[in-house]
Amino acid sequence: MKNLVDREISKDLRPYGEQSLQKSNHLSKKQTSTQVEFFSSYKEAFDFFSLKDGITVSFHHHLRSGDGVINDVCQEIRSRDFQHVSLMPSSIFPTYQGIAQLIREHRVNNIVTSYCNGEVSKLVQQGLLQGDFVMQTHGGRARSIMTGERKIDVAFLACPTVDKSGNGSGMEGKSACGVLGYAISDLEYAKKVILVTDHLVESLDQYQLDGKYVDGVIVVDSIGDPQGIVSGTTRITRDPIGLKIAKDTTKLLDALGLIEDGFSMQTGAGGTSLAVAAYVKELMKQKQIRARFCSGGITSYFVEMLEEGLVDKLLDVQCFDLEAVRSSKENKNHQAISASVYGNPDETNPVSEQLDFVILGATEIDLNFNVNVTTDSFGAIIGGSGGHSDIARGAFVTVVVSSLVKSRLPILRESIRTITTPGCDIDLFVTERGVAVNPLRTDLIQKLDQAGIAHWSMPELLQIAHEMTGVPRALSFSNEVIGYVEYRDGSVIDMLYQEGFE
Amino acid sequence: MRSLLFIPANQPAMLQNAFLFDADALIFDLEDAVAPEEKDNARHLLHEFLQTMKKPPHVWVTVRVNGVDTEDFLRDVALLRHDSIDAFVLPKASAEAICRLRDQFDHPIKVIPIVEESYQILRMESIAKEEGVMALLLGGEDLARDMGATRSKLGNEIAYARGRVVMIAAAYHLISIDTPYTDVLDDIGFETELEIAKSYGMKAKSAIHPRHVEGINRTFSPSVEEIRFAEHVMEALKAGKSGSFRVDGRMVDRPIVDRAKQTLERAKQYGLVKSS
Repeated sequence: MKNLVDREISKDLRPYGEQSLQKSNHLSKKQTSTQVEFFSSYKEAFDFFSLKDGITVSFHHHLRSGDGVINDVCQEIRSRDFQHVSLMPSSIFPTYQGIAQLIREHRVNNIVTSYCNGEVSKLVQQGLLQGDFVMQTHGGRARSIMTGERKIDVAFLACPTVDKSGNGSGMEGKSACGVLGYAISDLEYAKKVILVTDHLVESLDQYQLDGKYVDGVIVVDSIGDPQGIVSGTTRITRDPIGLKIAKDTTKLLDALGLIEDGFSMQTGAGGTSLAVAAYVKELMKQKQIRARFCSGGITSYFVEMLEEGLVDKLLDVQCFDLEAVRSSKENKNHQAISASVYGNPDETNPVSEQLDFVILGATEIDLNFNVNVTTDSFGAIIGGSGGHSDIARGAFVTVVVSSLVKSRLPILRESIRTITTPGCDIDLFVTERGVAVNPLRTDLIQKLDQAGIAHWSMPELLQIAHEMTGVPRALSFSNEVIGYVEYRDGSVIDMLYQEGFE
Repeated sequence: MRSLLFIPANQPAMLQNAFLFDADALIFDLEDAVAPEEKDNARHLLHEFLQTMKKPPHVWVTVRVNGVDTEDFLRDVALLRHDSIDAFVLPKASAEAICRLRDQFDHPIKVIPIVEESYQILRMESIAKEEGVMALLLGGEDLARDMGATRSKLGNEIAYARGRVVMIAAAYHLISIDTPYTDVLDDIGFETELEIAKSYGMKAKSAIHPRHVEGINRTFSPSVEEIRFAEHVMEALKAGKSGSFRVDGRMVDRPIVDRAKQTLERAKQYGLVKSS
């Protein structure tokens, strides 16, 4: 059966469609525990909670590439010869080799995550999972846990500092990673919650993880390498094409009246997105205006804006670098939020829906503005929605920025390999060779026309791309399903396939 | 013409993107940016590009050919002779070298000589007088090397050359083009050099990185105040003023009127005021 974006979906799954904006009922949060048990090894904790074959284990990814807990838990699972395990890490980075090893040994049934890159992607695309590989959005992950659609037996939550009441904070300790926004739904809804720390203190005055939900604490020598939390792309691009796109985007946003006193914005941590933030900052200084808030993953760039008084507050779901970690600890206007508050469609007023504009990327985009950030053009899994679909839906104006052509391949295509975010949620596509406006946004088209800013249709931009590259030959991909892409409401927007060609 | 952006001719992606950066002129470079073993490739790539490019009408397409004393010079000219090139940029140019370049064509051509050696600075007037010369481009790096000086942020070592380029260009109604700023990571140094070049009276500046184009265009465009004053001068003329009169508190006479006209002409050319 086909869904609303014309993708064939397996019969046993709920297709993405018109009902996708209805809100669902949340479960009650878990019973609070009266006693927090402390352990000095994973083995003790596994024994105490009688963890066994078939468990579903969740993790957050706030230590990003520096995470040591995920690999340690996977090692304990191996040493106990567990089978049929399901994993729910909020994201998977190439350093999470422990997961890859479990897959190679055929111990894993299902993996549910919001982002995946590296060895794990390759293995799941070889069909080595016994069950499904499911890619959610950050907000959708929180929703699915809170509604009970996804049940977690045990959450192992890396926590840079824990006190003797089981309260946890990411701000302190040798492995400080700042905000722990993706851990909150796991904390409040997993059947068992185990914090893993390398810094135990008597008591914490401020904490993000409330000890009343915590069942156990494992104290280890190290939970990871804090240097590894720095995201790979947190520098403003120096690529002239990226800078041109960023500059043109800023002009566009200004012409649309979106950069005015009290506005709100989110940009990703990619080089071009950060360059937009830099140009917006310059413009804000010229216009002598302040932003109400900036949200999302926070980089040092936004910390600078906060400290220079250009933005009232940062609403931070994860820290992308160590400057953001410092700020989250020191500045009361740098506020931690959970993934649910950030982008859960069931929240009354999630942050994503308060945004005036958001700048997003794309690995591919089609003529209907559908965006792929999950796979590359050859179908290899290289990322995932993260918050892409959440904020694309929520923000008043959603801008996708990209070169029209990368490495001789058009980014704009008649049809893309995987749909991550539906085109109805993308308003503007800004490239170095022109801007396309979604025909659904007649209000934006009218404003740009009034401002005398040229814009093109997607077919016109495609024509420009094809003049440069020729028309790419259509490829016939494998049709062996290995999983699916879940939209934020739990419906299925696209299927995932084994890598390779027919 | 305010900005001239060098584009290495052996890099397809840079050729393809050349027109995206709002440079008033592009200098497709077959000389210093291209290694000897790459010269043939670059020449043919550029030739193909020039035949298929979609050039915005207001952009100047120029090519820096190899020096006239090299074998590559003749190969460059032989292949590109019939391409759409608005001007040739000639390195280490002398009056004789310009003649030699001109002789390769059976139609008039425009030439932008680069003055980058001390003897050229001394003989610059003879270069400026040559038929077809439309501008003088100062090559600060090579000049400093030729003088045994070290390039500095304030550019004292090329002060004399800068002044001489501006003076001779003005005398012969040519465009004076400043040397490119080569430290692409030093934004503050770049802004300082823009101010220095403008204070000398340079009319344009070359760039080796696209991110410098915007600053150059901004610096060498008439300012809002200059445009407003020029408009007031024109309004006063329309209202019947003549001879010597006062506008916005300033005395206006023939040279000021001429400059106001030039200011408005440049402002129109760069899209800063409506053509009407």
